This record gives sequence, structure tokens and C-alpha cells, in this order.
Amino acid sequence: MLASLLAVSLYPVLRTIWMAFRNTSLESQSDNFTGLANIRRLAHDSLFWQAWRQTLEFTAVTTIAETLLGLVIALALYQKFRGRGFVRAAVLVPWAIPTVVTARMFSWLFDQGGVVNYLLVETHLASAPVNFLGSTTLALPTLMVADIWKTTPFMALLLLAGLHTVPPGLAEAARIDGASSWAYFWRVRLPLLMPTLLVASLLRALDAFRVFDLPYVVTGGGPASSTQTMSTYAYNILFSGLEIGYGSAIATAMFVTEVIIAGIFGVFIVRRIRQEG
Amino acid sequence: MAAIAQPRARISTGKHVRRWAFGLLVTGIAVWSLFPFAWQVVTSFEPDRDLARFTPTWLPIPGGTLQHYRNVFVAKDFAPYILNSVIVDVSATAIALVFAALAAYSIARLPLPGKGIVLGLVLAVSMFPQISIVTPLYELLISLHLIDTYPGLSGVYIGLSLPLMVYILWAHFRTIPRELDEAARIDGAGQLRTLWHVIIPVAMPGVVPAALLGFIASWNELLLALSLMTSPSRQTIPVGIANFTGLYSIPWGDIAAASVVVTVPLVLLVLIFQRRIIEGVTAGAVKG
Repeated sequence: MLASLLAVSLYPVLRTIWMAFRNTSLESQSDNFTGLANIRRLAHDSLFWQAWRQTLEFTAVTTIAETLLGLVIALALYQKFRGRGFVRAAVLVPWAIPTVVTARMFSWLFDQGGVVNYLLVETHLASAPVNFLGSTTLALPTLMVADIWKTTPFMALLLLAGLHTVPPGLAEAARIDGASSWAYFWRVRLPLLMPTLLVASLLRALDAFRVFDLPYVVTGGGPASSTQTMSTYAYNILFSGLEIGYGSAIATAMFVTEVIIAGIFGVFIVRRIRQEG
Repeated sequence: MAAIAQPRARISTGKHVRRWAFGLLVTGIAVWSLFPFAWQVVTSFEPDRDLARFTPTWLPIPGGTLQHYRNVFVAKDFAPYILNSVIVDVSATAIALVFAALAAYSIARLPLPGKGIVLGLVLAVSMFPQISIVTPLYELLISLHLIDTYPGLSGVYIGLSLPLMVYILWAHFRTIPRELDEAARIDGAGQLRTLWHVIIPVAMPGVVPAALLGFIASWNELLLALSLMTSPSRQTIPVGIANFTGLYSIPWGDIAAASVVVTVPLVLLVLIFQRRIIEGVTAGAVKG
């Protein structure tokens, strides 16, 4: 088991980091150690920084939205009500749908002749159909909406699991003590849910950061690179430009950013555990 | 206790409003979750002239058509993608499950030094961005003559689905009392037989979500499939859907039909095993 893990993850990552210091290219047939040349090129590559910024924006917005929405859905589904089984099943549907299909679905929903535009025009929220995916300001937010739709259910599922660990006796105790349900939520439920919440949003953030499928299928990184993410940019450099060395440098930069994100969450999680300690 | 119990017959207006708001919220959640895919299903049955109109036809009855499904299977020849996906993903899931069960059982039971580190490493590995492993994997598969082959992609998927599988199975195996193992040993069963005949049947609620999560992850994977399967005849469903284009305009109806075909099996699986998935993920998430 360890061997296969090493083969598909640890070895490739180390190899990528190694390639980041070489000028390997299948086009120019070069393959030399070039030290920090790739890193210097990265520092001046405005497209790279644009992709980096957009990926961080995407990660921050979707993670926060998915955590909040997931929490609302989890709290609602925790209640007992008629048809709960149906709604719990319904919520799992987006999660089961391949991201590529989600991408196609949202392209169609947000198409200029799509149903979202029809509803906007009918309700007079827009005077004419909006070109969501052709606009440099709206394309990335549209991808965010698709991602939020697709992955909020998983978040809700994890948080629902966390809610089930809160002892039900606590609710009664709080009510007897005269706590409003609002106070109960802030003082009892949320603090107890916090570790699950942090771990779940860490997983989401790391996953959102490597987003590839949505921009690759919906916009191809356009218009004018406004939806280019680190993954799609690195993919273009690697597989269209065939610049293995420079592409590896981008992939390494991405890896480093992921470690930093995980580190920041790690600090929060450890502090949280200490507080309880 | 008596003070909080309110007579049920007299519901105050405040409570009434709250109940309505809650009903609205829950309905909203269901609609939000179901509408996009439902719309895809509707689209897949509508003739092109209805799709081209700005005012949508909400239901394809009457006037529905199977043309798009015919296009997908006849004109676009989509069946090979499905076959490729089934071969790669079923084999990957089955083999990964065996490895994961062995690994999770040893981590849960055997006195191995540094278990925590192994488990931590296993989970950390699943967080690596695919783009930072894709070129070395490409080179590796070339040197093994496995590029553009079923075993090549399947092997990569095995490695990628292991971490989560190990984790979920470990969380379940851990909760099974050791007395069960001992009883089996006294009856003369070896460790493998104990695992297969005693532990796995008891841990079924964990095995099902582990298998399903692994299968779904492989079924949906695009980046590696795109890079490691180089000839069109070997490509999997996500690549097929991603590359689906028309000559003059975007064939929304055909895309919708293909989407429905590849998604319905997954949605059915998830709905059938809904309770198991929620429980399985719950155990994995909480007990960690």
C-alpha cells in the first residue's frame, strides 16, 4: 500500500519540485539544471500572478459560501420534519454529479439564451440577456456559483455528522436554564461544532484551490484569462507549451501555496484544540 | 419540564411564521439541489427548435424527442467512453478496496510503530494538487509502457482513492471490539480469514461508502484521464463530455442527453445507499 502511495504521490511531487529547477522542454529539447531561473521567470510572469490571484479569490469565496450554506443546510436537515429523508437525498444529488457535467449544466443555465437569463429578463432584473460567461467580470463569479452548487452538499454532510455528536441532552439543559435558541446556537452548538467546521473547510479550501474541471470545460480560462486558475495555467504550459520545467515550477508554486493554506488552518485547529484542552 | 411543554393545539402566530419560514427554507434547499439537473433532463428531451427559442418550454410533453439520445450513441459514438470508464473505474475501485481493507485492518489492529504518522501521511497525500503529480506520472507510465492503457490509468486511480478509503475503513474497523478477532482466532481462523469473514461483514456500513466514494472520485476525474489516456479510443467519460462540441453551434440537447446517461447511474447509486453514505461519512468525519 505504501509503495503504491509513494508511486502516485510522493515520488511525483518530489520529481516535480526537482523539475522546477530545470529548463526541460519537449519543444526545444533542452534539459539542463538552471537553478532559480524558473522562479525568476515566475516572479515576472503577470499571467501567473493573475491566475494565482484568481485561484485565491475562487478558493476564499467558495470556501466561505460553502461553509455558511452548508451550516444552514445541516442545521435544517438536523431538525425532524416530514419529508426529511427526501430532502436529505435531494441534497446529495449535486455531489453525485461529475464536475464535468456540472460545468456543462451551468454553461447551459447561464448561456445567453439560457433559463437564468430568461428569468432575469421576465422579472425585469435585467433589461437584456446578460453574457455571463463572455464577460471578464462575471465569468469567474459564475464558476463560483457552479462550484458552490456542486460542493455545498458535501460540506453539509460533514457538518450534519458533526451536529449529531452534540449530545441532545445539552439542548434541554440549555432550555431549562432559560437560554434562547439563538444563545444556545452561539454558546453551545457552534463551539462544539467548531473542530468539524475547521477541518471540513480546510478540506474544501485545498480542493477548491486546485480547481481545474470547471474553468477548463466552461470557459477554457477565458475571456481574456479572467478565469485562468493555477491548474489550468500550469496545464497549458505543460501540455500545450510542452515546457515541463517551467510548468513544474508553477505546479510547485501551487503546492507551496497549498501547504501555506493548510498551515494557516492548522494553526487555528491546534489553537482550538488547546482552548478545549 | 412542565413549564416548557406547551399545549400543541394552540400555536402562536410567531410559531406559525417560524414554521412557514422553515418550510420555505427546506423547499428552497430541495429546489436548489434538484433544479439544475432536472433542467438538464428536460433539455435532453426537447427538440432543437424549442431549445433555440429564448422562452423555454418547461416540459417536453407533448413534443418530446429521443433524437438527442440517438445522436449521442449513433452519431457521436459515445458508448466507448462509457465502456472505458467502466473498465478503468470498476477495476480501480475493486483493487483499491482490497488494499485499503488490508491497510486499514493492520493500522487498526496490529501493533505497528508510527501508525499515526502513516495515517497522517496517507491523508496528506490525498490533498496534493493533481497538476503537480501529472507530468512525473506521465513519464513513469511511459517508462513502464503503461501510458494510454487501462492498467495505467486504473493503477493511478487506485493510488488516488486509497487514502480516503483507508481512512473510512479504519474509522469503522476501530469500532469493532477486539473480542471478535479473538473469538475467530480461537476458532482457528488466520488473520486474513478473520478480516474477510468476520471484520468486513460487520464493517459493511463503512465498506459501502468507501467503495462508493472511491468509485465516484474515479468516475468524475478529468485532469489525469485527459493527460494519461492519449488516444481518443481510450478516453473516459469526463474527457468525452469535456470535448463534446458541435460543428456550428453548441449542441445543448446532445450534451444534456450524454450528461443524463452518465449521471443517472451515479444518482441512483447515491439515492439507494443514501443512508449508508451519510452514516459512513459521519463515522469517518467524527471519530477522526
